[in-house]
Parts: sequence; C-alpha cells; structure tokens
Amino acid sequence: MLIELKNIVKNYDNGGVVTKVLHGVNLSVDEGEFVAIMGPSGSGKSTLMHTIGFLDRPTSGVYLFDGENTEGFNDDELARIRNNRIGFVFQSFNLLPRTTVLDNVMLPLLYSGEKGNYETRARKALEAVGLGERIHFMSNQISGGQKQRVAIARALVCDPKVIFADEPTGNLDTKSGSTVMSILEKLNKEGRTIILVTHDKQVALHANRIVTIRDGEIISDVLVPTSERVHSKEIKEED
Amino acid sequence: MATFIKEIKTTIKDLLSRKGRSFLTILGIIIGVAGVIIIISLGAGAQSLVLGQITKLGSNLVGVLPGKSNENGPPTSVFGVQIKTLSVADVNAIKDKGKVPNATDIAAFVNGNVTIIAGRESVDTSFVATEGSYVRVQNTEMTKGTFFSDEEGRSGANVIVLGYDVATTLFPNGNEIGSVVKIKVPNNNPSSTESSNSIPFRVIGVQKKMGTVAFQNQDDQVFIPFSVGQRQILGIDYVQFIRVKIDSSINVKPAMEDIKRVLREQHRIKDIENDDFSVRDLADAIKILTSITGTLSTFLALMAGVSLIVGGIGIMNIMLVTVSERTREIGLRKALGATRKNIRNQFLFESIILTFTGGILGILLGILISYLVAIGARFAGYDWAFIISPFAVILAVSVSILTGIIFGLYPALKAAKLDPIVALRYE
Repeated sequence: MLIELKNIVKNYDNGGVVTKVLHGVNLSVDEGEFVAIMGPSGSGKSTLMHTIGFLDRPTSGVYLFDGENTEGFNDDELARIRNNRIGFVFQSFNLLPRTTVLDNVMLPLLYSGEKGNYETRARKALEAVGLGERIHFMSNQISGGQKQRVAIARALVCDPKVIFADEPTGNLDTKSGSTVMSILEKLNKEGRTIILVTHDKQVALHANRIVTIRDGEIISDVLVPTSERVHSKEIKEED
Repeated sequence: MATFIKEIKTTIKDLLSRKGRSFLTILGIIIGVAGVIIIISLGAGAQSLVLGQITKLGSNLVGVLPGKSNENGPPTSVFGVQIKTLSVADVNAIKDKGKVPNATDIAAFVNGNVTIIAGRESVDTSFVATEGSYVRVQNTEMTKGTFFSDEEGRSGANVIVLGYDVATTLFPNGNEIGSVVKIKVPNNNPSSTESSNSIPFRVIGVQKKMGTVAFQNQDDQVFIPFSVGQRQILGIDYVQFIRVKIDSSINVKPAMEDIKRVLREQHRIKDIENDDFSVRDLADAIKILTSITGTLSTFLALMAGVSLIVGGIGIMNIMLVTVSERTREIGLRKALGATRKNIRNQFLFESIILTFTGGILGILLGILISYLVAIGARFAGYDWAFIISPFAVILAVSVSILTGIIFGLYPALKAAKLDPIVALRYE
C-alpha cells in the first residue's frame, strides 16, 4: 500500500474558533492507481489532498506513506518527501515568473541535492509532456495549456511515486484540458500513481476510482467501470 | 555547489528584473559606504597635508610659546589668548651659547594684521616682526633684494621685506626695492602718540613664492624688524613666539630640555608644574595634529557607520516587503521540496548581494568623490595626496556584507518559517 490514512482529523484553529475540516478519514491508495477525489467546494477535498501531499499536517490520525509512519517527520524530512517522492500540479500552474521553462522544471532538482545532469533530466521530463521545443521561453510567454504541461514536467522531474493534481484543468479550455488529462493518463499507464482532485465528473472519469467527500467525510469510494472511463487524446495546440 | 551558484544567478536575475527598486533599496548602503571611504580618504589626505606642511619647516626646529600646556594639547596661546610670560630677556637668555649649546639660531616673533599702502595701492595683510636670524631659521629665500640683517633687526630700522603676493599687489611694475611703503598703525595702540599714525618703511627685499607652509600663506605677509613691530605697531613688551633652530635633529630633545631649564631659571620656577611656557618640537606638533585629525575622522566615520545602520534598516524593510510579496512563491518552493534552510539562504543571499553591490558602488562613488576633492584641493594650491587605504576598502566591503547578513536574517527567517500551505493560499 502506497498511501494509508487511518482516522485522519484536520481542524483549523482560527483565533480560538475551531473549524473541523476532516472528520476521521480512512483511505488507502495502492501503487499504480488513478484516484479522483470529488466533492463540492468546502467539502474538504483540497485539505485532504494537501494532507496526503505533505503540505499540511493532520491534527490527529495515522498516515503511512510507502509503509512509513509520517507522524514524527520533521520539516526537513517532509521537504524531502515533497521533493522526490511526490509531485504537485496546481490549478493555477504556479510557475516562477521571469524564469525560463527549463529553469522552472529544474527547480525541484536544485532542492534534491542529487547528482547528475539536471538539464538533461529536465529536458527529458519536458519531452515526456510533449514540450521539447519551447524550453528557453519565459514561463509567462507560453499558453495556459503549455504552462500546465510545464508544471507536470516539474512534478515529474524527480521521478516521484505519486503525482497530486489539484484541479489541473480548472483554468484551462477544453482542448488544453484534454491534453493535460491525456498526459496524466499516460503517466498512470507507465505505472505512476495519480491522485486528482476535481469537481468535474468528466475529468474524474479519467480515473479508475472515484472517492467522493462531503463535509469532511468520505461518502463513497467506487471503482469506475472500464466502460465508463473517459480517455482523452492529446490535441495539438495551435501555437 | 551547483545549487549554490544557480541560486545566486537566479537571485541576481531577479534583482536585475526590478532594477529601480533594487537601486533604491541599496541607496542607503551606497551613501553610507561612500561616506566611510570619503572620510577615511580625506582624513588620510588631510593628515599627509599637515605632515607635509610641518616637515616643510624642517625637522630641527623648536618652538617656544607662552603659557603652560599639557603634553599632548596645544597651549592656549594657539587659540588667540594673549599670554605675556615670554620676554626679550628670555630670548637673550636662550641665545646664550653656554646655556643652550645646540641652538644655532634663535628668532623671536610677534605678529598682527596691518594695512600697507604704497602710492595708491593698499593691501590688508599680516606682518611678522622678527629678527635677522629669521632667514636662517626658516631657510627663507629672496627673489629680490635681501632680508634685513641681524644689525637692522636689532636696531629697529624701518625696513620691510614683502611676501610675494603682497609685492605683486602693491608693485605691479616690479619696482619694489628701494620704494617706501606705509604701514597704518592700528588705533588701539596705546603708545601711539605720533600725530600721524602710519610709519614709513623702505622695501629691501621680496621673498620667493613659497605657497602655504603650516597653513599660512607665506606669500601674503610682510616682515619687519622685531622691535618695530613689537613697540611701534603693537605697543607691547612681550614676545609671542620664539623659534630655535637646533644644529641637528638628534639634539632636538636635549636642546628642548636646555631651553626649559633656561626659562625656568629666568622665570624663577622651581616646580615643573608651574611652567608658564611650552617648548615644542615638530614631532610634538605632528603628534597633536594627527591626534586631532584622527579623532575627527573617527567621529565622522562613526557618523557614516550610523548611516550604514540606517541603510541596513532600509534593506530589512524592503526584504520584509519582498518576503510578503513572494509568499506564494515561497509556498511553491516549499511544495517542490525546498527546506527551511533553502528558503532562508535564498533571501539571505538576496540581501547580501544587495548590500555587497551597494558596498561596491559606494566604494566607487567614495573613491570618485575623494578624487575630485583631491583635484579641487590641488587646484586650490594645497599639496593634497589622494589616498585610498586598502583597509578602508576591505572594511567597507565587509561591513556591507555584514549589514546584509544582520538585516537580512530576520526577513529570511520569517520566509523560512512560512507554512507551505498557508503560503500557497496567500493572495
């Protein structure tokens, strides 16, 4: 089991007012799965993903990642996991401005402290998302769809076990969104675990399993029948 | 290491992308560092000027001033307080070969300001009333005529030697020698009973152009026999200053002791504590002047140091703004695996690069201004040395880097402490 959540509770304390966001979530994700987490806004799906993605710590509960209990991990250990065991794709891309595509993709490698040729690895990751060309463009000189592909390349570059995608198509038009989903599908086929947060059923249907959350609790956890799964094709953008 | 270089490159690129703001941020540091460089350079320049001026006089001269002073301070007479404890009898006692064997020449002085009239020209200048020995004591050279002889000096003949500038002002045609000039006697002279209060003098010499020595323009003064200046012009009976030339510089210290002994004998002083005179050689004068300029530059350097602190606070201020502007970026970097240390270093580098750049620019500005001052001073006729001490440069660079570390640390730690998710959600 790659990810195992046992009775995860997350409360936010806003100056004495405690808001319960997650009320004891239990969830297991196996290696190689493609899981979509769905739910209306305010349901706690983003909080759940941030908790699984080590951006946030649970208030209580046990989180086993790749068999390790992560409870006692310090900031540096968490940074290390975020760096090379998981990769993040955000709705708003979050690329560094005034920085080239290549440098953006190289950024996690700089924090990894790993040896090897960072540029070669970054180029490979960019080729994997179909962006071998515009690597010297500034991050603000490319289209939204391309930005998200850069973000996926950045998430991939340290070769993580799992990729978290938080509404990856939320800021994209249908064409670009479709391309992004096709890339995520391809990565999943290559054996990478994908955890996707979305409120869009069509997007969620790319996954092989849909977890629905409401008011901080999982209300359904179903496998998607093969017949219902949606597959996207990469649509070449007109550059 | 690769990360380190990459980080510095990124930071520099980042800072360059907002040049205007970066420049304003480091302006305080630039000014502070330039201030330090300028002050140290001008201090050194002034010091060398002072030393140059003093050594021009010669290193084997001893001065006797009225009034007591402590070892390192100037006697009060330097500040214009009239002290009447030195007399012509004292001068004659020092002249006694048996008492001060190493003294080769002695000249007594009084001086003041007068108006000199030649025909229709007149000039306000200062006069030096001294003895014929002056020319040997001070190594003065004449461009025309001669200095007055010991005999003329003693008898109080009405002869005058003009400084170069005075001569050219009064006698544009160059016919000074043998001409008669009149010195207006100030009205406050109580012994001036003559109906006419101006005294005629015959010009016998013009001094060579000398420039400034010991901060006196040697060309804007005139020389007259001692007793004439003392009695007829100033109407006093004391001596303002005595200069003694010693046969060789190694004998200066023993000769000073001899002079002190003579004067104590003259003034019937038994306890050194009661000395009413000061005997100084140039080494003392140099010591005093360097201590004055030293204190002054230390004080000014401290002021410049304060401006560096103010500059540092400016850096801290802007760095805090930068951190809060880039909160999302910090969150993103943390999400991608940056540790606290990575983030802290990133912002620390940024502030160090800022202050270091400010330091370099400040040094260049400081050198430029010091250089312009040196040119200006030389233009004004001072023998000013343009000195940039490597010490000042090293000090300025290290202080500016230190400022970056000290004032960058708090914002950097603040950035490092940010919670990744809070930072990512920050709008």
